[in-house]
Amino acid sequence: MASASSPVIKDAKVLMVGAGGIGCELLKTLALSGFSDIHIIDMDTIEVSNLNRQFLFRQSHVGQSKAKVARDAVLKFRPKINITSYHANVKDPDFDVDFFKEFNVVLNGLDNLDARRHVNRLCLAADVPLVESGTTGFLGQVTVHVKGRTECYECQPKPAPKTYPVCTITSTPSKFVHCIVWAKELLFSKLFGDKNQDNDLNVRSSDAASSSKNVDDIFEHNNDEDITQYGRRIFDHVFGYNIELALSNEETWKNRNRPKPIYSKDVLSDDFAKQNGNLDNDNACSDGLSVSAMSSLGMKNPQDVWSLRENSRILLEALRLFFTKREKEIGNLSFDKDDQLAVEFVTAAANIRAASFGIPLHSLFEAKGIAGNIVHAVATTNAVIAGLIVIEAIKVLKNDVNKYRMTYCLEHPSRNLLLMPVEPFEPNKSCYVCSESPVLLEINTNRSKLKDVVEKIIKAKLGMNLPLIMNASNLLYEAGDIEEDMVAIYDANLEKVLAELPSPVTGGTMLTVEDFQQELKCNINIKHREEFDEEKEPDGMVLSGWTQPASAEETKDKSVSNGANTSDAPTAAESENDDDIGIVSPVKKRKLPDDSNKPNTDDAKHQKQLQVIDDEDDLVMLDGNLDGFKKRRVS
Amino acid sequence: MDGDGEELTAQETALYDRQIRVWGADAQRRLSKAHVLVYGMKGTISEFCKNIVLAGVGSLTLIDDRLVTEEVLSSNFLIPPDEDVYGGKTIAELCCDSLKDFNPMVRVFVEKGDLSSFDVEFFSKFDVVVVSCCSRSAKKLANEKCRKASKRVAFYTVDCRDSSGEIFVDLQDYKYSKKKNEETIECHLKYPSFEDALSVPWRAFHRRMSKLYFAMRVIEKFEEAEGRSAGDVSEADLSNVLKLKKELCTAQSLNESHVPDTLLERLVADTTEFPPVCAVIGGILGQEVIKAISGKGDPIKNFFYFDASDGKGVIEDISDSNAGK
Repeated sequence: MASASSPVIKDAKVLMVGAGGIGCELLKTLALSGFSDIHIIDMDTIEVSNLNRQFLFRQSHVGQSKAKVARDAVLKFRPKINITSYHANVKDPDFDVDFFKEFNVVLNGLDNLDARRHVNRLCLAADVPLVESGTTGFLGQVTVHVKGRTECYECQPKPAPKTYPVCTITSTPSKFVHCIVWAKELLFSKLFGDKNQDNDLNVRSSDAASSSKNVDDIFEHNNDEDITQYGRRIFDHVFGYNIELALSNEETWKNRNRPKPIYSKDVLSDDFAKQNGNLDNDNACSDGLSVSAMSSLGMKNPQDVWSLRENSRILLEALRLFFTKREKEIGNLSFDKDDQLAVEFVTAAANIRAASFGIPLHSLFEAKGIAGNIVHAVATTNAVIAGLIVIEAIKVLKNDVNKYRMTYCLEHPSRNLLLMPVEPFEPNKSCYVCSESPVLLEINTNRSKLKDVVEKIIKAKLGMNLPLIMNASNLLYEAGDIEEDMVAIYDANLEKVLAELPSPVTGGTMLTVEDFQQELKCNINIKHREEFDEEKEPDGMVLSGWTQPASAEETKDKSVSNGANTSDAPTAAESENDDDIGIVSPVKKRKLPDDSNKPNTDDAKHQKQLQVIDDEDDLVMLDGNLDGFKKRRVS
Repeated sequence: MDGDGEELTAQETALYDRQIRVWGADAQRRLSKAHVLVYGMKGTISEFCKNIVLAGVGSLTLIDDRLVTEEVLSSNFLIPPDEDVYGGKTIAELCCDSLKDFNPMVRVFVEKGDLSSFDVEFFSKFDVVVVSCCSRSAKKLANEKCRKASKRVAFYTVDCRDSSGEIFVDLQDYKYSKKKNEETIECHLKYPSFEDALSVPWRAFHRRMSKLYFAMRVIEKFEEAEGRSAGDVSEADLSNVLKLKKELCTAQSLNESHVPDTLLERLVADTTEFPPVCAVIGGILGQEVIKAISGKGDPIKNFFYFDASDGKGVIEDISDSNAGK
């Protein structure tokens, strides 16, 4: 290929985004390969669960900047090269197009879709090649994105975070993950989260007849109420009464197994209050995150699957501990996978619900993985992928266009291949990111506000960070660092319906939306439409002509996602600290009976013909399932 | 879950959380009881060692009595380029210091001696033996000793030249489980020894057999015939290597086009390892060893090739049972 002394490598200036699982391996391999000017950005700090694969980090580094520690560690065996570290978010305005232009190639080792899209846009704007990567467990892939030559990162649809119809969560769970989502997003939030937040627990779990006011009171803890009594009241309400109520709707259970109401007296003896955790016993640990229902009940192994009775005890003990040890946080809590007590509560609640619906119970370890969207990660896959990134980066630097490949690392060989190279696709001509094709927005211009368009379309769907909106030459809105008097005008505009804006937006209007940081400009053709289907089109608007994320599950109803740290969270800061996410499923040989390489066997959408590169005459056409991002695959 | 092991400690559960989610707690327990031996600490082996130390094997023993040279440093991130720390230490000793640091829960040892000097009893102490940078007869001998051990010792060879690499696997009589469509099924594979695999006639292979297989055998044979140590060839040897290729192809009734001259030229001219390929091969090998220890997942049977020039990572099954096909 190219030796370490080759000027192509030695003189290259390389930007790495991410110093996690792939990043550590990549920085090491780049340094060994002779790269001597490497810049690395990562906003994260080191955690214990990183140490099994992010080999540049030690126990003593926990809490420190990943980018900086990785730099220092590599300089120990390659002291003469230049590594510049940035403990920062790649979306910071400092990392603008001019910054990106300084580099010969950008290498991504990122953990979230949002940051990936952002870097893709900056690379397109700066006209710098991007080598993109991701791993999950034994699977991984490396792709090359060169403006005008290959497809950009956003030319192909990226799957949206998995969401579930509300009624599946509130009434008809059939998988353990449904119980987890219920426990985490509904019950936990209801009891410990912001009381002002909408919560479907009271909307759907009870009959429409009872007013929501009434139901709210049930979850309220009365000051004079014994905490154990309160816990049992909640228990009986959500696992007993609510199930009875649901059972009364015969229509629902025609083709389903009927759930079984569970009351606390059935699973716990009456003298339970006395034997269950002792108030005087557990005051040894008073700092928030170390409080644990498991330890106060003497249960140790997180791999054990608890009985219904054990789950019930954990649930009540966890609830009691929240109200006695962490009272101040109640009302402000949101689920955090590193919060032991929260994980215990959610595990127990999900298991009791699972028992009620005849779904197999799971251990705390497993439940934590599902609830926390924890990504499976091993060092070996990251090492392989990092090696492949460097090989691809060298081809890009040598401008060896015909040799560019996307490479998939498979768990089970396909046609004897464990590492499968595939020729990159050409740019998608209708991609709003890398071509200039406009998108179409159907919307009721007499009802929808500018704010709805900004939040639901421009930020959530088009992935812009700091948008500016123009109607012909009139500026309607601009985000970011602007003058105060303008802020007032724009804020006022946000609250106006489209047709009543200073320069009215109606059917036939073309809006121009621009993000200066991403140097992305996009035209939106507005089409007025009076009515929208509340169930199918809950946003009240429909965007077309863009690469629609492949929703993992049809959402006929309003939907609930499993957690706030989804891939399109507003900033990378809010995504989880785990690295290595975002794998595209490997290509799959046609008619191959073994489906094990394919994450979502039931999701055959977006199939694409791929061609395996071969030096032999007999080329084989393959079916590729490109939408199987496994990041949010939780079942 | 198998009942043989004690539970993982809280420390292990926290450290190995993400990988336990991949291969399960019972596999993690088996890993923590496994003893691995490596011989020949070049770049690929260093990558492999890093991977299995991070994975949490019970112990790792290193053998490489050589002293540090420029070439050793070039692809080895385990040795700091600081002559002050060498202090007459061997490569294995220097690597040992770094590896211990990666994971305090893994014991790392150094043994001294030439591969041929170790007896069956020595190899029996290990569950996995990986050898690199040695002659084909040394590999055969070590493989035979592992096969004579009282328990199964998984045997691997690994070598990288220029931008390509080869792994050989001998798991002898191997039973494992794998998940297929939600069900766990038991599988059984029989592996040939290194010697038996190499004696499978070339004409028995399928038409698309990796060209690297032939090229590696030609160079190996050349080195052996010339009395060279592994990797001790240069561009000056090319004409003799090509001559040997012709002879071998004729003897094996193989069309010479299966062993392109350009490929041999590449492998002979540049014997130094290419670090990205070390990472790829060391990663795949690490994965295979983890599979073999845990008894989970389809292992490679029995050769693996990666070449950065075409990007393919190919498995080839070269055994008698496969010959007649």
